[in-house]
Amino acid sequence: MLIIQPMLSIGIFYMRTDKMMRDVAIIGIGVTKFGELWDKSFRNLIAEAGSKALFDSGISGKELDALYVGSMSTGRFVGQEHVGALVADWSGFAHMHIPAIRVESACASGGLAVRQGYFSVASGMNDVVVVGGVEKMTDVVGDEATDTLATGLDQEWEAFFGATFPGLYAMIATRHMYEYGTTREQLAKIAVKNHANGALNPYAQFKRAIPLEKVLNSPMTAYPLGMLDCSPVSDGAAAVVLCAADKAKNYTDKPVKILGTGQASDTLSLHGRRDICTFDSTVYAGKKAYEQAKIKPDDVDVAEVHDCFTIAEIIAIEDLGFVKKGEGGKAIDEKITTLDGKIPVNPSGGLKAKGHPVGATGVAQIAEIVMQLRGEAGDRQVKDAKIGLAHNVGAVGASCVVHILEAI
Amino acid sequence: MTDGAVPRFWREIPQRYNLIGNQCGTCNRIYFPPRESCPYCRRKSMGKMKELKLKGHGEVLTYSVIYNAPEHFEGQTPYIIAIIKLDEGPKVTTQIVDCEIDDIKIGMRVQSTFRKIQEDGYIGAIYYGFKFKPIEVK
Amino acid sequence: MKDVGIVSYGAYIPRLRIKSSDIAHAWGKNPETITGGLGIIEKSVPSPDQDVATISVEAARAALARTNIDPQDIGAVYVGSESHPYAVKPTGTIVGEAIGATPILKVADYEFACKAGTAAIQTCMALVKSEMVRYGIAIGSDTSQAAPGDALEYAASAGGAAFIIGRENVIATINETCSFTTDTPDFWRREGRKYPAHGGRFTGAPAYFRHIMSNAQNLMKSVNSKPEDYNFAVFHQPNGKFPVRVAKMLGFTPDQIKQGLLCPIIGNTYSGSSMLGLASVLDVAEPGNRVFVTSYGSGAGSDAFDITITDNIKELPRKNAPLVSELIEKKQYVDYSTYAKYRDLLYED
Repeated sequence: MLIIQPMLSIGIFYMRTDKMMRDVAIIGIGVTKFGELWDKSFRNLIAEAGSKALFDSGISGKELDALYVGSMSTGRFVGQEHVGALVADWSGFAHMHIPAIRVESACASGGLAVRQGYFSVASGMNDVVVVGGVEKMTDVVGDEATDTLATGLDQEWEAFFGATFPGLYAMIATRHMYEYGTTREQLAKIAVKNHANGALNPYAQFKRAIPLEKVLNSPMTAYPLGMLDCSPVSDGAAAVVLCAADKAKNYTDKPVKILGTGQASDTLSLHGRRDICTFDSTVYAGKKAYEQAKIKPDDVDVAEVHDCFTIAEIIAIEDLGFVKKGEGGKAIDEKITTLDGKIPVNPSGGLKAKGHPVGATGVAQIAEIVMQLRGEAGDRQVKDAKIGLAHNVGAVGASCVVHILEAI
Repeated sequence: MTDGAVPRFWREIPQRYNLIGNQCGTCNRIYFPPRESCPYCRRKSMGKMKELKLKGHGEVLTYSVIYNAPEHFEGQTPYIIAIIKLDEGPKVTTQIVDCEIDDIKIGMRVQSTFRKIQEDGYIGAIYYGFKFKPIEVK
Repeated sequence: MKDVGIVSYGAYIPRLRIKSSDIAHAWGKNPETITGGLGIIEKSVPSPDQDVATISVEAARAALARTNIDPQDIGAVYVGSESHPYAVKPTGTIVGEAIGATPILKVADYEFACKAGTAAIQTCMALVKSEMVRYGIAIGSDTSQAAPGDALEYAASAGGAAFIIGRENVIATINETCSFTTDTPDFWRREGRKYPAHGGRFTGAPAYFRHIMSNAQNLMKSVNSKPEDYNFAVFHQPNGKFPVRVAKMLGFTPDQIKQGLLCPIIGNTYSGSSMLGLASVLDVAEPGNRVFVTSYGSGAGSDAFDITITDNIKELPRKNAPLVSELIEKKQYVDYSTYAKYRDLLYED
């Protein structure tokens, strides 16, 4: 029963895609630096990313049909809701009166905003849209940022009893270690790899490689995860401009096509899942994206996955089909996912080293893949990257959005 | 996160004090916390969900030890959190008490106990509920 | 009064302990003098997630585990303590909900220093005897505070016991009860204050000893008994010395009080004190045994009970809940700094 239902729904989706949708391309990207950006407000950040994206795309802004913005928790971080209107205004589009849509799916807000923007162009409703992602996490003091992130958990049945975000991912790690023999060293190696990549990324929050012992000896946050197994609190924004693929060449000579997109949900709580060590939301979102893109996991040349914690990258590469379930730890030992490995993962430094301004992350991952496919990734360029994948997860896997991109 | 939301947590007293879940009258699957209808039987189960008190015995599926406490739990670290699979089927996220950190193991048998979960500071309401401890073998 | 008595009982003592010597070291006192003077070696400490509500629920659930009573047949819950979690909002409603006895239930919280629990027993007896309820639960439990560095710090501990009172399948008949009460300010805590205050040596002869002696003698007179008639005697235990002395003064032997004397190893559980002593006796008592219980509460008063164990105690499945000795043995030590953190001595706003 559980196997038949999703396959039926994938089948129906496949038929619809053929009938209704036109291809969509990314014609411009913009990212801010990520970090503790005391001088930049929420408004500054999204305006900077948005204007960079518009400039990169060659459009003036008059062409925009709509604006999408992903941000997780503006109410608690900056006391502001009604963010669609705010961003449209602060980006200079208020007088154009275009529709502005704020999208939320915890840490997958950015990826989901891109997906919503994609549908609006693919369906023919809009021709050109801008999609931004932004989070300003350092205006609140002390533990408020961590407590705000925790609103992505099950408030009544997880957070209420004292479970924390790192605590829940830590429980995935404990179980993964128990079932598959994954070790703390393997988890730490993920952090080492991503910091080494981040050192090559001018936008990253952390631009220094760190040695394995430092990760292993970092203070315990939630056993078995130490402080350096966890992505940081960050400010930042990113934006992309989407347009119909057959019009992309009017604006840019380096368009990147969205080959496929997938999204899936699962139980809000980790304890409700079928398997603690698998994000079924990643599996199903990935499957839908692969189906639409008509590719297999082996065809992916470069991937940005959601490594909010080191264990998250391990299960991501398993759930996306890059390695078998349980072999995520072995993959890092065999250097499969390094910059020059078989399937480079998180060339940007990932959430771990690049930073994780929650709502911005999903859009920034896509911007990184675009840079890789265009050959513009500088020192962290993956050779001959033709097909890229971005994987964005909400909280502890209750939602997931996957995009597959190809240079055209 | 409780912040004076007294009715919200009062509603859940039967669940937190006495592990009251429910069971689908059509397929007999057991749910905790209770659901309005069964996700699998859907329409057929509406009005047929029966209240069911769970025994409170189960086993540890996984665990972690929290060193950085969230709001309302400062001063209690380090404490153990775990996912327990109850004998009747449902799983819960909870704390493990009366157990040394070195002794916690996946597969351990545990039973529920009544403890203070959190409170709204010194002047707010106190919220009680379940935590789990190693089963007392008789 | 013959029919009314204890139908079941349950106890709970938190796991954590602190040694008197560790407290003495923290305050620069000689540990031997303290232990020798007070007769207390170690005391129980509640963890931060335990309070009078959680201890009372554990004790009540333990009592119910030893019977087949339908909780809906319990008509009353009275909880006596001097450290109720709320000054206004009764512990009894939390207990009532947690044992499934609500909503047709009479509830109130009691305060009478260390004898609030035994006052609850008397109330339940009256409700049962007058047929106003079928069963009543009387609970005495405490997690009381003592000012850091004060002599009381060595004694003030945590624990509680619950007694289900009724007339059916009674395991211990309460033949007679009497009380002796005067306005004697030996130990008190003002509204809004964190720690109690006391009259030092005034808490001895005019308070503890006067009320227990007078009350015990009155009880023995009214049932026409002598100390030798009893197998067990339980007295309120503020430290390890007073109960031994008052027993001797009344004519009881060390052997009679041994089973119920817990203070040396768990401290003074205040409203739980005499109640836990009685629970310990019930853990081993046999049919026909006679038990003498005299509690004491500062302010001041004493409740005394003349109890006879019935044949029904043989049917009681004691092993369905922990014995007092098992609760005492299950322990884990903390040092003074952990104790101070847990007992909120490092007061946070």
